[in-house]
Amino acid sequence: MSRRKAYYTNKIKRAVHLLFYRRHRKPGVKGWELRRALGSDYPTVLKILDKHLKPLDLQVKTVFEGEKPVGKPTLDQLNKARFCITLRGELTPKEAKMIGWRIDDLAGLATTIAYIISKKGKAPRKEVEELLQDKLPKWKVGVNVDRYIRYGYLVQDENDQLYLDWRTHTEVNQKALIDLVLSTET
Amino acid sequence: MQSKRTRKLGREQLRRIIETCKSVEERSLNPFLVNVDEVISVIKEYFPQWELSEDLCLDAETIHHLASVIKLQSEWVKHRSTSLYTDPFLLEDKLTRIGKEGIVNIFLDAWHPTVQLEQISLHSLAEGIKYWKSLLPLDERWKEFSPEKSETGPATREELIRQRILRDKAFSEELEDFWRELRRNVGEKGKDGKIRYWDFIGAETYEVTVHKAFMTSFLVTYGYATLEIHPLEEEIFIKPYEKPLTEIGEKQLVSIPIAVTAEDWMKWKRDELE
Repeated sequence: MSRRKAYYTNKIKRAVHLLFYRRHRKPGVKGWELRRALGSDYPTVLKILDKHLKPLDLQVKTVFEGEKPVGKPTLDQLNKARFCITLRGELTPKEAKMIGWRIDDLAGLATTIAYIISKKGKAPRKEVEELLQDKLPKWKVGVNVDRYIRYGYLVQDENDQLYLDWRTHTEVNQKALIDLVLSTET
Repeated sequence: MQSKRTRKLGREQLRRIIETCKSVEERSLNPFLVNVDEVISVIKEYFPQWELSEDLCLDAETIHHLASVIKLQSEWVKHRSTSLYTDPFLLEDKLTRIGKEGIVNIFLDAWHPTVQLEQISLHSLAEGIKYWKSLLPLDERWKEFSPEKSETGPATREELIRQRILRDKAFSEELEDFWRELRRNVGEKGKDGKIRYWDFIGAETYEVTVHKAFMTSFLVTYGYATLEIHPLEEEIFIKPYEKPLTEIGEKQLVSIPIAVTAEDWMKWKRDELE
């Protein structure tokens, strides 16, 4: 094994430990933490890791602070970003059930996220609950919204406005979701 | 006079503008509902009139809220120009029409859940063992908190009376004795079958006086005696009944507060109480 290959193999192992095992309340690791643990060439390490993960249907996901930069991100933007491992492909409904999601709860989450996106990323909780009450029992709606907040998909401010939180930005392809909703024939 | 009226009108206009801006900010309304040019001309029109600091603050607040609305307008345009823009009403309509299974299938195509494990490592196991070894057994740790042992046994009635948990007489028995004492007192010191309130309740100590006043109130409430009040002379008499009244009369019961203060008791002792 060449010295260069051995160097990256070690770095990749270290990156796997950092990214797969939970260290903070929020999953994932900040860019600056990776730089400290892996060195300044951590973006290269992550790129190689991503290639290794592809056959396993996993990916290294980069969640930028604020909006996604146009073009190649700067080192500063990468240092401030959060990196985590997500599924590359999609789950089947059966698999989603197996990882602990009931169909009702998942449908409620999808509807909430789509609605908030359509309202420019901010919607009053009351409006969201009214929309969900159309298909879910009233007693369950409040409980579910609280759960989405607890899981990190939504965040609520002091004026009872709901926003999309870090987990939605990490896990949900928002554009694909909206396109799919709009293109579905009803 | 004219400028005073203009200023008043100006303040009202600015407050109305602030309210409109606030409702746009808070209720996510279309920010283009606010006509910025018109608002600026209103602000400009009244600005020369402002002299008081309150008015200048109101002017600044209006500009601040207008700036927030302009920011929202800019975000609105930006959002509409992105690929994420959809008509909210159209999307809401779609969301209500798609079934639960349908929306779940759509979501699963756009959802890539995070992968993360929580697992114990050899290092944390070693730390755990180290902690366990240094941890004292429960009986040693809780030794200092063990409560004192006390022997239990039945308490006698006398002990309970001494500790004031029980009375030596039943309350009704005590009340009847007190009624008999009242009648005896009326017979000895009273006139026309009644006695002055203070002459009855007054005792050697203030504590006993208060206790007697307390018992007297029960005598009256339970129909063993009645109060006769002479408001002009400011005199109160207590009059025992020959037999306790068992029926409640048709007259509405009233509460009569009588203050039994230490000062009054002292005056009574010195025979100065009127």
